[in-house]
Amino acid sequence: MIPEIGHFALILALFFSLCLSVVPLIGYWQKNRVLLHTARPLTYLMSFFVLVSFLVLALSFMTDDFSVLYVSQNSNSQLPIWYKFSALWGGHEGSLLLWILILSGWSSAVALKSVSLPKDVGPVVLSVLGMVSLGFLSFMLFTSSPFVRALPDAPLDGRDLNPLLQDIGLIIHPPMLYMGYVGFSVAFAFAIAALITGNLNASWARWTRPWTSLSWAFLTLGITLGSWWAYYELGWGGWWFWDPVENASFMPWLAGTALVHSLAVTEKRGVFKSWTVLLAIFTFSLSLLGTFLVRSGVLTSVHAFAADPTRGIYILMLLVILIGGSLLLYGLRASQVRASATFGVTGREAWLLLNNILLTVLTLTVLLGTLYPLIFDVLGLGRISVGAPYFNTVFSPIALLLIVFMAIGPFSKWHHTKASLLLNAILLPAVLAIVVAGLLSYVYALGMMAWLTLSVALWSALLIAKDWFVKVSAGTKGIIPRARQLPRNYYGMMIAHLGMVVTLIGILLVSTSSHESTVKLSPGESVSFAGYDFHFDGISHLKGPNYLADRGVISVSKNGDFVALLQPEKRFYSTSRQIMTEAGLDAGFTRDLYVSLGEKLSGEAWGIRLYVKAFVRWIWLGGLMMMCGGLLSALDKRYRKTVRGNNA
Amino acid sequence: MRKLLVFLPFIVFIGLGSVLYKQLGTNPEYMPSALIGKPVPDFKLVSLQTDTVQDQTSLPKQAYLLNFWATWCPTCEMEHAYLRTLAKQGIPIVGIDYKDDKHKAQQWLATRGNPYQWVLTDELGKFGVDMGVTGAPETFVVNSKGIIVYRYQGALDDRVWQEMKGYLK
Repeated sequence: MIPEIGHFALILALFFSLCLSVVPLIGYWQKNRVLLHTARPLTYLMSFFVLVSFLVLALSFMTDDFSVLYVSQNSNSQLPIWYKFSALWGGHEGSLLLWILILSGWSSAVALKSVSLPKDVGPVVLSVLGMVSLGFLSFMLFTSSPFVRALPDAPLDGRDLNPLLQDIGLIIHPPMLYMGYVGFSVAFAFAIAALITGNLNASWARWTRPWTSLSWAFLTLGITLGSWWAYYELGWGGWWFWDPVENASFMPWLAGTALVHSLAVTEKRGVFKSWTVLLAIFTFSLSLLGTFLVRSGVLTSVHAFAADPTRGIYILMLLVILIGGSLLLYGLRASQVRASATFGVTGREAWLLLNNILLTVLTLTVLLGTLYPLIFDVLGLGRISVGAPYFNTVFSPIALLLIVFMAIGPFSKWHHTKASLLLNAILLPAVLAIVVAGLLSYVYALGMMAWLTLSVALWSALLIAKDWFVKVSAGTKGIIPRARQLPRNYYGMMIAHLGMVVTLIGILLVSTSSHESTVKLSPGESVSFAGYDFHFDGISHLKGPNYLADRGVISVSKNGDFVALLQPEKRFYSTSRQIMTEAGLDAGFTRDLYVSLGEKLSGEAWGIRLYVKAFVRWIWLGGLMMMCGGLLSALDKRYRKTVRGNNA
Repeated sequence: MRKLLVFLPFIVFIGLGSVLYKQLGTNPEYMPSALIGKPVPDFKLVSLQTDTVQDQTSLPKQAYLLNFWATWCPTCEMEHAYLRTLAKQGIPIVGIDYKDDKHKAQQWLATRGNPYQWVLTDELGKFGVDMGVTGAPETFVVNSKGIIVYRYQGALDDRVWQEMKGYLK
């Protein structure tokens, strides 16, 4: 009975989303206030029923209701309780429900805040969000309801959650990722509303900015978590694989980064107006495309959900209606937009334009690499797969160039900057960075590329610090009061840019200064590797809640001093009959020690894989800093004032 | 000109949409790797039967199948019977025991029969990474010159074999 309530709630949500997509729009065209005012209550009703059905599904998981097909496919009575909850989004249907729940959450948040918007803008925005919900709710109800029963032959126990997903990282990774790319639907809805109402002025950019920064922060966190999870869970010590599913979340991030910057220009200077709208559509389209690629089975991937052609066709139709419709609308409206301001080639606008061009190129690079196999096949040229070498060769130089512009940009002034001033400001730090990076590269025997990258990183960091210092030391008030006066937006930018530098250093050093080796060790034996002594104490057997494991005990010392005790595991999950490796890790600021257990070889000996990963934590530290930067700028004071007036 | 330009995103998207449409329903499991046309990458793997380290030189000199399998993989169990039929027809098959437990693998072969000429253990999956496999079972056809000519992801059966055997020369 209870699962049917969930199903029914979903149908009600579908009904309200249909009303939401239609009624406020009619109100807008007929200038009917009553109809316009239905937008907020309809949003709340829709969200409420989505929440009900989510809670019902959660209850079915918690109570081990294996008569529900989806529960029996993704859970097991032996599963620890927190994994029972997170198993909800372990498969296609449930993660779609989570997607819709988060979309409802964003819609309700917009509805709450929409009181401060002009009377006809808020309802149109909500209505656009309602259309997105309508598309996904109908997709779910017609092709992939999680409430389908396996009656009358309900299984006694479930098939268990994929062991790869039984991990703390996977409890929080999908919700954060979805918070991010579903959040871009808000920017999308504002863009479409601006196109519908024809109000493509700076104010829409102002309303959209905090939402976009917030989504971007979530997406950054989601991707960071995903990378961290892949690092310790897949047992290869890699942190990014250019897998289609990773790319699916990375493309909206790149486009979203461009959007965050171009919104700033549109808000402050009133230029790039139609470009920003296009970018907002593009960013959310990439989120949708990502969903399509993951769900339709057109690409193979380690994460792929079960492929089902009907689902694929349905999502494709959804894509064509949502994206195609938006782009058509864009084509019809954007030609009427005229720029209201101009800018010089050394102005900040120009640097941000470069930023946008490079980020778009990067996005297209990833998009092309991801879709190339498909296009190749359609043209009848055979089947190929594109791997990490392509991405690394094409992506890295452009990304490095982007960081160069990131460093210079903040020094320029809006509209026009004197070239000599700009040069003076950046030259000394550049020389300093090149010399220091050169010394470091020489001492640690790094190559030319590393020198170049390190110089760029140091230079950016110096410029960020210098910019802050120049700003706080001007005037007479003293450093601390002035530092407190700088807007949160500025600190957001500063921290996010520093995060970028930290990540860059992490990526550079992990790829140039890491060591790995596979050794054969019997209990009691030791091996010296990369300056550390690894002593294999032995193997113990243990029993987890739903698995059996061999746990290796390896003590690591350096020059006779104890460093860490690592306990890599090899787990056998009995229900799904899968073997998983859990790496033994000792995390450090400048290096990680990483050990994973291979196979039992002859006698008591085991194959053991050892890694010393230099500065790998910096990659995620930088990610977290970028997230904080995004959050800070979303919380800037001026967005919390009512923005009814058009005083941007 | 500008009028046309603003419609460009729409036109590109429609093109992309039709590519995706054509791609739906095709079998993504048939996915040859970047290694097609290239020799088998270098390896040093321990043989499951003799516990000795083997390299390129131990591979068959005639055309053969290179099959990734594991005891943890239910599909491999389904495939196993078909591999034995192929082996009875005299097709040389080299097995790569992929990310697996050695003793279980030996037991598996003892109870189900061994269709393989050689079984090499790739316990850490490193050779699998070199070959670009994404899981098990996965089968490559290597021709008599030692060049990889075909790749199949998923269990072999009669239908797949009809296409695959054309490459085996």
